[in-house]
Amino acid sequence: MKKNVRWRFILIGITALLSIIFFLPSTPVFQSMPEWWKKNMPNKGITLGLDLQGGLHLVFEVEGEKAVDVTAERIAASLKEILEKKGLKAEVKKDALGITISPANNEIKKAVEDNYPILTLIDSGGGRFLYRLSDKEINRIKDSSADQALETIRNRIDQFGVSEPTIHRQSTNEIVVQLPGVKEPKRAIEVIGKTALLEFKLLDDENPIAAQLPASVLPGDEEKLIREFGPKIPIEDEILFERVVNKETGRVTKRVYLVKKQTLMTGDLLTEARVNIDTRFNEPYVSISFNPAGAKLFEQITAANIKKRLAIILDGNVYSAPVIQDRISGGNAQITGTFSMDEAKDLAIVLRAGALPAPMKILQNVTVGPSLGRDSIDAGVKAGIIGAILVIAFMIFYYKLSGLIADFALVLNILLLLGAMASLNATLTMPGIAGVILAIGMAVDSNVLMFERMREEIRAGKTPRAAVDSGYDKAFLTIVDSHVTTLITAAVLFQFGTGPIKGFAVTLGLGVAINLFTALIGTKTVFDLINSRREVKKLSI
Amino acid sequence: MIELIRNTKIDFMGKRFYAFGLTGVISILGLIAVIQVARGTANLGIDFAGGTAVQVKFEKNVPLHDIRIALDEGGLSDFDLQDLPTENKILIRVKKGEETLGGFSEKIISILSQRFLNNKPVVDSTTEIGPKVGAKLRKDALLATIVAIIGILIYVGWRFQFRFGVGATIATFHDVLAVLGLFYIMGREINLILVSALLTIAGYSLTDTVVVFDRIRENLKLRQRESVEVVMNSSINEVLSRTIITSTTVLLTSIALFFFGGEVLHDFSLAMIMGVIIGTYSSIFVASPIVLIWGKRPFAKK
Repeated sequence: MKKNVRWRFILIGITALLSIIFFLPSTPVFQSMPEWWKKNMPNKGITLGLDLQGGLHLVFEVEGEKAVDVTAERIAASLKEILEKKGLKAEVKKDALGITISPANNEIKKAVEDNYPILTLIDSGGGRFLYRLSDKEINRIKDSSADQALETIRNRIDQFGVSEPTIHRQSTNEIVVQLPGVKEPKRAIEVIGKTALLEFKLLDDENPIAAQLPASVLPGDEEKLIREFGPKIPIEDEILFERVVNKETGRVTKRVYLVKKQTLMTGDLLTEARVNIDTRFNEPYVSISFNPAGAKLFEQITAANIKKRLAIILDGNVYSAPVIQDRISGGNAQITGTFSMDEAKDLAIVLRAGALPAPMKILQNVTVGPSLGRDSIDAGVKAGIIGAILVIAFMIFYYKLSGLIADFALVLNILLLLGAMASLNATLTMPGIAGVILAIGMAVDSNVLMFERMREEIRAGKTPRAAVDSGYDKAFLTIVDSHVTTLITAAVLFQFGTGPIKGFAVTLGLGVAINLFTALIGTKTVFDLINSRREVKKLSI
Repeated sequence: MIELIRNTKIDFMGKRFYAFGLTGVISILGLIAVIQVARGTANLGIDFAGGTAVQVKFEKNVPLHDIRIALDEGGLSDFDLQDLPTENKILIRVKKGEETLGGFSEKIISILSQRFLNNKPVVDSTTEIGPKVGAKLRKDALLATIVAIIGILIYVGWRFQFRFGVGATIATFHDVLAVLGLFYIMGREINLILVSALLTIAGYSLTDTVVVFDRIRENLKLRQRESVEVVMNSSINEVLSRTIITSTTVLLTSIALFFFGGEVLHDFSLAMIMGVIIGTYSSIFVASPIVLIWGKRPFAKK
């Protein structure tokens, strides 16, 4: 019996010590620890949630439909070529319904099905075939576009320079991004969310319409201009804009371009994008390099279009439209424009990291400033200390020496909870702090249950030692039952909650589990220790 | 020995019909709140309704009126203002789920920083939630509550008897409904933090109920010749002091949280305070009486 008590006492001592070692890095004391300690002992501590340290929580939806659309368009274009090569006269059109091919004959049908088995024929009436991508293929495209988007986002964030970002897929088309401690949330969102589809297209300057267009419009008037000129512009052309900032006045205007719709080249052949400074005007620009295939293509394009203007377009906006002076070999090009240094850097990042396979939409954006987090921690710590003092005082007042033992369990409880959280590297959130504080209030419940039992036993005339033993025995099952039920709610909260709520579930769950340990082993050991020394005549309870 | 309560012989079961009256009123109130939440007519937080919330901190105190005028003139409509005068903080909420996010918060911040040039606002936090996420969070919260209740029903049903499980579940459900109903009547915001408070209350209230049930079960075995009603009454009386002491300690910490825990946890701790009180009531006046009247079959000796 005596030995048993000693072992339990040692067990408690070890867990308490471990908790202190694990929790130490979360306290300011850690800074003044000797070097060897910092190196060899746990040094991570508790991670603070976004709501406590400030930062950005974003949920993006990858619009996979768009990627499906682009694929269908590409297939339509390729089918047109294939049929032409076979000498089959056919019209191939991609619209909202799918890919329409007319006329409908067996030769065409065979050619389509041989080349693109992923197409499903859904209608063949009216002398035309209507094809659509198979459901399996549509799902595959959506899934892989979300995967690719995840990879691209990860690349961009790495290059943007955020320490400890969390990026993961939440469902088939949702991506959660958490950036703790980000100082410029707006810029970060732009870098992540830019589709970064880089295209090279020729301007249609020879078209008489080009001369009729105004040189520039005010921001906001783009739609109006497109509506006005819409019927006049040829189908193979479109109107695009370039954002121009006047250096002296800072005024923003939109330069108007008539651009041929055909894409000559896209950014997927790019290998490098770097920010350089134009020494003449001291302006940043982005220089890009192509891979060998890209370099060859770029050389062909420039050779065939000397003296014409080539528009460099990112996500539908023109960045610059230089005149091609000569054939450009070697695979290097420049994107100039009115950039600030940050804008040029961000542009280089998104170009390097590659284009998103589909545009993304922000579903949820939570930004927490660093000062709110600081205030929250201070308030939480204060509430915790006051709550603990109140409970400790109440227990001593009501249960005397036994209350003090319960308080020992309570302090042990808080210590182990913090240590467990630190060792698991769990994330502490604001509701999590509430969880810790509530755990303080509930921690003494097990002891209250036992103490009340002991009092009953003493009233029934039992000796203090017998009262302690049977009090523990009888309260045991009740304690287990009451803890399990709380664990059920914690588990549910963990399963269904996100972010801060999950943090709350973790502290609540851990708190309950640790409470079982301290209540059943912690206080019992102290009582046994007292009882084993000498025969206690009267229990202070 | 300091004792608050000693050898009480209160006839709790005898008062069950009054209790059922009160419980009925509370439950109906809670159900109305649930319906209003489902219809979207309650004061839903933006995590459920979708929209934008911006919290700004000023150097000096700014009357809400001035902010309202500034935002009105800036072309915003349909916004809610809430202030924390002690900390010079203002919460602005626009409950309009936009398809594309980002517009409102930027607009609010630029309007305010232009308007209050010598009392510069600092952005504490912005939250933008699209309508889709709002609907999803609402669904998840409902699902979480249902799953938790089923889990409790199964566990208590397994550990005790099915009728105890029913009693515990109804009592727990009653507490969740009561706090939700009170929040609804007080016009307080119903949001995700409240849902986690409600589930915590469910856990707490259940703990309370289970302690009472444990004693009832124990006494039913020992005192088989007495009527169930008498055994229940004396069991509740026996654990009454424990019930009150534990409620007191949890109340103490909830109150500390309410007064010192900061703005984020204000509503959470308020809900906890209500929940502890209601949970204590329900474990005495709701759970056991339901077990008592549930079916006339004799209690098996489990």
